[in-house]
Amino acid sequence: MRALREALASYRRHPLLCGLSIGAVALSLSILGIFGLAAHNIGGAIGDIERRIEVVGYLLDDASPEQITVARRELGALPAVEDVRYVSRDEALANARRDLPEFSSLYGDLRVNPLPASLHLRLREGFRTTETVSEVALGLEAYPFVEEARFGDDWVDRLFDLRRLAAGTAAIVGGGFGIVALLLVGTAVRTAILARGEEIEIMQIVGAREGYIQRPFLLEGAITGLAGGLIALGATRLAYLVFRSRVEGLDALLWLPERWIMAGVLGASLLGLLAAVHSVHREVGRAYGL
Amino acid sequence: MIRFRDVSKVYRRGAGVRRISFRLARGEFAFLTGASGAGKSTILELIHFQTLPTRGDVQVSRYNSRRIRRRDVPRLRRRVGFVFQDFKLLERLTVAENVSFALEVIRTPRREIEGRVQRLLSQVGLVSRARARPSELSGGERQRVAVARALATEPLILLADEPTGNLDPRAAGGVFELFRTVNRLGTAVLMATHDAGFVRDHPSIRVLELDQGRLVRDTAAGGAA
Repeated sequence: MRALREALASYRRHPLLCGLSIGAVALSLSILGIFGLAAHNIGGAIGDIERRIEVVGYLLDDASPEQITVARRELGALPAVEDVRYVSRDEALANARRDLPEFSSLYGDLRVNPLPASLHLRLREGFRTTETVSEVALGLEAYPFVEEARFGDDWVDRLFDLRRLAAGTAAIVGGGFGIVALLLVGTAVRTAILARGEEIEIMQIVGAREGYIQRPFLLEGAITGLAGGLIALGATRLAYLVFRSRVEGLDALLWLPERWIMAGVLGASLLGLLAAVHSVHREVGRAYGL
Repeated sequence: MIRFRDVSKVYRRGAGVRRISFRLARGEFAFLTGASGAGKSTILELIHFQTLPTRGDVQVSRYNSRRIRRRDVPRLRRRVGFVFQDFKLLERLTVAENVSFALEVIRTPRREIEGRVQRLLSQVGLVSRARARPSELSGGERQRVAVARALATEPLILLADEPTGNLDPRAAGGVFELFRTVNRLGTAVLMATHDAGFVRDHPSIRVLELDQGRLVRDTAAGGAA
């Protein structure tokens, strides 16, 4: 209780400095929040595309139904494979006529169906990596009645590159702004410690425990981070509403998942606490540094 | 209660103390004398565990510099009061609040604080100035507040680093008499001073004299150390 009182008193004693540090944390985290919003939506879009990734094995005409049944059972038992769908030659032709109407005249008067039967393998979430897709394709090609396996190597690679790029950019931007916020909170706490230097010195002289001296500053750091995090959350929400209502084509924009919001706000508080721990250790811990 | 055994403290800048050995018994009074830079403050800092020896060991009550743990330092400091030349009072607090600050810091129950502050201010003769700010007090009165604060934790030892250095002779005499009273009530006092007058006027009090970091005279040991 005393620690909280002292921490709040620091805001009253140095309103400008504390306000500036909360504002700076909020600004850094708002930018991070808006970036998070973009990353979440890009991630969602990529996820949708990823779910459509499938490995297709084109079968030779002499593949027997028994061979196909065994292959479907074996392939379906692989941990990476979600399901195996068999598409007969007739279904393939019907699909082509439906999906490619511009070639309807070409498919219209065929005497012989030129399309092969195929096995379509969809992968489970968490297994949709370049390596797994390639492995499954190789496994499929190992069957003697499979002529060729395809999974759109080029666009799958590009998709994974895009995801890696998004994750890398998020890590760099997030890390950068996190460091800025860390430095700002640390400076604010250090200034508060220096402003109370005389008081702290007397506490140390008369025998205050380290925790007694440090707790208000640690709490101040955590409160600054939390306040900055909450303001940043509000700013991100505002930006989301503005984007959704004012920018054409963004009406389906997704809001951040709850666990991201919780992690962001708690992370901001933790970030403030960490900055305070560093400053307190440097400025207060020295007197007990045996 | 205090024992220095072959203690050296060498700083990077060079000054400090070398090969010091002495004991100070419970309830004893001693002057620590010597010119500026002789090592008086270093001795007091070593007793207060603000710094550790680079050689030898310091024993204060049951705490030894070789074995003391970080979390024991506050406990030790509650047993060792410290008074400074520059008083170190908080200007934003009143006289009574400066004293109660020390009691709050050591987590004294709230209901006990007021009574103890009254007793301490009475002991140093400042009850009537309880609501004054330090800036409204004379130098002698400020030092009395500092003594009251140092006594708040009921220390076994009171260390004083040039406590009369900023005072006129009359105020200095008053503060010194206060130390004598505190000592008579059972608290050991080690007073660092370069005021030869005090030493000369009180020949019965033990003198530990330092010169360039070495203990060159201990009157309890019968002259030269």
